[in-house]
Amino acid sequence: MSMLARTVGRTFMQAAAARSLHTTSTVRATDNYGANRTTCTLIPGDGVGPELVYSLQEVFKAASVPVDFECYFLSEINPVLSAKLEDVVASIQKNKVCIKGVLATPDYSNVGDLQTLNMKLRNDLDLYANVVHVRSLPGVKTRHTNIDTVIIREQTEGEYSALEHESVPGIVECLKIITAKKSMRIAKFAFDYATKNQRKKVTAVHKANIMKLGDGLFLRSCEEVSRLYPRIQFEKMIVDNTTMQMVSNPNQFDVMVTPNLYGAIVDNLASGLVGGAGVVAGASYSSESVVFEPGARHTFAEAVGKNVANPTAMLLCGVKLLRHINLPTYGEIIQNAINKVLNDGKVRTKDLGGQSTTQDFTRAIILNMS
Amino acid sequence: MAARFIQKILNQLGLIAARDAPAVTATPAVSQVNATPAASRSYSSGTKKVTLIPGDGIGPEISAAVQKIFTAANVPIEWEAVDVTPVRGPDGKFGIPQAAIDSVNTNKIGLKGPLMTPVGKGHRSLNLALRKEFNLYANVRPCRSLEGYKTLYDDVDVVTIRENTEGEYSGIEHEIVDGVVQSIKLITEEASKRVAEYAFQYAKNNNRKKVTVVHKANIMRMSDGLFLRCVRDMAQKFPEIQFEEKYLDTVCLNMVQNPGKYDVLVMPNLYGDILSDMCAGLVGGLGLTPSGNMGLNGALFESVHGTAPDIAGKDLANPTALLLSAVMMLRHMELNTYADKIERAAFETIKEGKYLTGDLGGRAKCSEFTNEICAKL
Repeated sequence: MSMLARTVGRTFMQAAAARSLHTTSTVRATDNYGANRTTCTLIPGDGVGPELVYSLQEVFKAASVPVDFECYFLSEINPVLSAKLEDVVASIQKNKVCIKGVLATPDYSNVGDLQTLNMKLRNDLDLYANVVHVRSLPGVKTRHTNIDTVIIREQTEGEYSALEHESVPGIVECLKIITAKKSMRIAKFAFDYATKNQRKKVTAVHKANIMKLGDGLFLRSCEEVSRLYPRIQFEKMIVDNTTMQMVSNPNQFDVMVTPNLYGAIVDNLASGLVGGAGVVAGASYSSESVVFEPGARHTFAEAVGKNVANPTAMLLCGVKLLRHINLPTYGEIIQNAINKVLNDGKVRTKDLGGQSTTQDFTRAIILNMS
Repeated sequence: MAARFIQKILNQLGLIAARDAPAVTATPAVSQVNATPAASRSYSSGTKKVTLIPGDGIGPEISAAVQKIFTAANVPIEWEAVDVTPVRGPDGKFGIPQAAIDSVNTNKIGLKGPLMTPVGKGHRSLNLALRKEFNLYANVRPCRSLEGYKTLYDDVDVVTIRENTEGEYSGIEHEIVDGVVQSIKLITEEASKRVAEYAFQYAKNNNRKKVTVVHKANIMRMSDGLFLRCVRDMAQKFPEIQFEEKYLDTVCLNMVQNPGKYDVLVMPNLYGDILSDMCAGLVGGLGLTPSGNMGLNGALFESVHGTAPDIAGKDLANPTALLLSAVMMLRHMELNTYADKIERAAFETIKEGKYLTGDLGGRAKCSEFTNEICAKL
């Protein structure tokens, strides 16, 4: 009974959040529709997503950022309330930028789909490169210090191809697809990123000693591309060794380029090193559009409605967005406020050892903007 | 000399006793997975033979160290050292010598130092060959923070249990057209159930409280889904053990923040490979973590670090990983008193920090470290 009540309550809450976001954003969009404003698609996501997105909107409002949001509630676990995928895709294609919370991916689908909604969105938009910049934050106490690593992950093939079948009962085959084309594309992206951001080294993460053909192809593609960038050092590392090095000596890594699953592993591991899922922002790029989303994807469903989630990751996504759409001054203001609040350490959410609420934190950011 | 004579007599007595009671030896295997140690099945007393594969590089030194410590502790074990340098078989392929295979098959238990796999020399990895030969289906790697060797993480006590025969390492791959490769991850109900049962049985035998299944069934809904279902089903048969399900990425994130959250982890092949190395990283590297492989035809305990050819023969290697693997082996053979004794001595030596090898920041030689442990026994 209580379970039922909770589920109903949660659904209602999410619906309410989605609806309220929806109305506010449309109102604002019509009010201030000017030539110099940017429209950004907004997907609150599941779990604490709506709360975090709300925090971001508050901060944007307080800083008078000229960005309007076009909000779509997209969810796989809540198909009734979910917007249509086509509409969301069309909106992102039109706006070229999107801020997205984390979508929950259940272990089974209501309609027997093997592809998750996340995968569909990424494939439809061809968001092939996921970039997560993991950096030690000021004032966040962690075991390791001065971490500064960029993880670039191929996001449209590999283990996440959703090609599986049960040949005979009890025997399942799952296909991992690696193509030369996409491997070259991600490798080039990584080296271009390294060049543009004055990075020195690119590490390719693989398991080519076991998956000789699949990961071998990925590795060969990276090697081939690396020859075109003689100024950037290139190294290869086996994925299990990478994780071991990461927990013992994370400072050796600069830019990492990985196939899909290894990227997910390294992203999360690295996020754990700098303070958890609440403080790391990421972005997924296609050749056309960018989706900004938290770097480690956890819905934190157990904290829904408790007002305890850390909005830092989402706010950093906002900062990235502002830099991307060429509003760096606004980005700077918010980034400085975040740094100041974290550094002061007076207002801290639970994940960083404090007792403050999401709301307190948001308010502190707003008060520290100058 | 006298002692050895007495021991010999005792052995004979033991053998006679065993012959008098044939019922003990003829216990049929009830379940498919027999997680009870082999020793309790067929040996009532006396020394037991163990196959020793010293390995390459630093292998012989650390094996000698382990043998020395075992002699000092009077462990009732007789070593049968075999060489696994590949020989050309009748089919023209290089492989493990038959003598080595026979030895493990009769002894049912083995200890192995690091082996070198030459890249591109025409024979497959010896580790893989051994795994195939003895049907080693589960890899167990306990990782525990050692007192006296400070790392950034000091509350680690996890055991990773990894399915070792299929999954991503099935080795089935093909290039469909130029530039498009398909690697097949194979998950079967049989293998999943087998490792699940082993994991819960292990948790029960070793007084562990919780088993966590690590999966990615939200992405690989059928394959990891099948693995997850098998573990879930098995969990119902062990109600006394707490059970939880976690996504691989969540475990990675939490493990580096708070390793105390986890106890026994069971997972498919690749995830196990990654997580076991990561956990080893938390406690100070592969030089300190033991490893055991459970198989249908026997068990093989090994150190998983490399052969370290640069320090081979210089008496600088750290035998801890192999020693702890040997301790795991003793527990598997139900020689717990010896296991505890040796483990305590080893931990104490590391804790005191007077005789640490180079990899732990000390200056002692392998032999000094070994002697200190022997003295503590």
